[in-house]
Amino acid sequence: MDVFNWSYAAEVFPTIFRAMFVTLGITLAAFAAALVFGLVLTLLRRVKFKPVAYLVHGFIEFVRGTPVLVQLFFVYFAWPMVPVIGFKMTAVTAGIVTLGVHYSTYLSEIYRSGIESVDQGQWEASRALNFSKTKTWTKIVLPQAIPPIIPMLGNYLIVLFKETPLLMAISVNEMLMTAKNLGSQVFSFVEVYTIVGLLFLLLSYPSSLLVGYLEKRMNNRYAQKAKKVKKEDVIV
Amino acid sequence: MTGKPIVQFQNVKKSFDELEVLKGFDLDIMPGEKVSIIGPSGSGKTTIIRMLMTLEKPTDGEIIVDGQNLWHMESNGKWVEANEKHLSKIRGNIGMVFQHFNLFPHMTILRNCTEAPVHVLGLNKKEAEQRAKQMLAKVGLAEKEKNYPFQLSGGQKQRVAIARALVMQPKVMLFDEVTSALDPELVGEVLRVIKDLAEQGDMTMILITHEMDFAMEISDRVVFFADGYLTEEGPPEELFNNPKSDRLKSFLQRFSKV
Repeated sequence: MDVFNWSYAAEVFPTIFRAMFVTLGITLAAFAAALVFGLVLTLLRRVKFKPVAYLVHGFIEFVRGTPVLVQLFFVYFAWPMVPVIGFKMTAVTAGIVTLGVHYSTYLSEIYRSGIESVDQGQWEASRALNFSKTKTWTKIVLPQAIPPIIPMLGNYLIVLFKETPLLMAISVNEMLMTAKNLGSQVFSFVEVYTIVGLLFLLLSYPSSLLVGYLEKRMNNRYAQKAKKVKKEDVIV
Repeated sequence: MTGKPIVQFQNVKKSFDELEVLKGFDLDIMPGEKVSIIGPSGSGKTTIIRMLMTLEKPTDGEIIVDGQNLWHMESNGKWVEANEKHLSKIRGNIGMVFQHFNLFPHMTILRNCTEAPVHVLGLNKKEAEQRAKQMLAKVGLAEKEKNYPFQLSGGQKQRVAIARALVMQPKVMLFDEVTSALDPELVGEVLRVIKDLAEQGDMTMILITHEMDFAMEISDRVVFFADGYLTEEGPPEELFNNPKSDRLKSFLQRFSKV
């Protein structure tokens, strides 16, 4: 018997390929949640009312200091048993929430570095021009803070993507879970796990190339913008 | 220049932690007056206009802008610290140009000048652009409106910063050592713009400057700060040609001959 049975591989491939979309969906949903919640955490840490800032800081340290797997079990199995505030979630929802919150703490650090790299003079000019707090954030600070950190955010998207197999611990039918179930039917695991590995590689490698490209592009983004303006001039 | 002062400092003090940089001074500035503030570095000159721009809060004393107290307000019959709304209302009277320009790097020159009129004053885009183009023409940079700040020289950047502040039509303009960060050959173009502004306008101007000839030329009054005190003030000719205090004499000596 061959170690790698090609016809069996071809047979199971469509099922695993479909499960890839579950993995992708969870990745994107969790990352979107992390993007939003991470920014909220960053902004809350800057609140003048100190107890809020400390509480948020404590929360971030707690989430970063404990393993995702433990958090996953807690959210899925333990949270419904917590009186008053606890409630039951589906495995997919629990997975998205847990990964989303976990990664939001990492993204929050990245947002912070982006915001801190904006020159103090930008805040002062905004104040001198009488921009409101909200407009200062949305028009002046964040548009300068976010572009340089996009590549770093992209890296975390790839890391998050590769962490999704953890969700098999709470029986989410993502790629690895699907592969394991298929493999155990015939006690042949080489094909299924190879396919899973290749599919992960197929998605993560081009993504990391894209992140590298973005990094270069972000480094001279103002020059790019200026070029665009020149082109428009020519057309006009 | 008669009537009520547009800016009043009343016994204003400012400390940073233990260090008291301004030890209590009074200064009235009349509408339309051009006042230069000179003094050795570290004498708190910049802090004066930063307090007026609400970038720093005075430790003590009052600042009155156009008859209204800047840092305090009345609330339910009580005298309380000004809130952001109150500060914002008064801040609208004041514009500022910074030593390091502080243009918004992610916007074109035109956007730099229209962003605040649109989002602060609520002008529509067309009105704001019209105003901005007018001001850019005034500082001689109409043809740069589609460029980004990084494509401009320091002198050009500073002229854009002046236009950006003027578009908001402030009553009082503050200039914080606006030529200090420039290469020597670019200083002239910026000073010329400020001089034009001083000559044609009834705008009140307060300048922190190390350009003594320039201060002499455009100011109605020069104020000398040293060691945290307002040490001497008067018309520029008097102050520069006939300084009374030893502190000012020695300060001016260091400028006259290299």
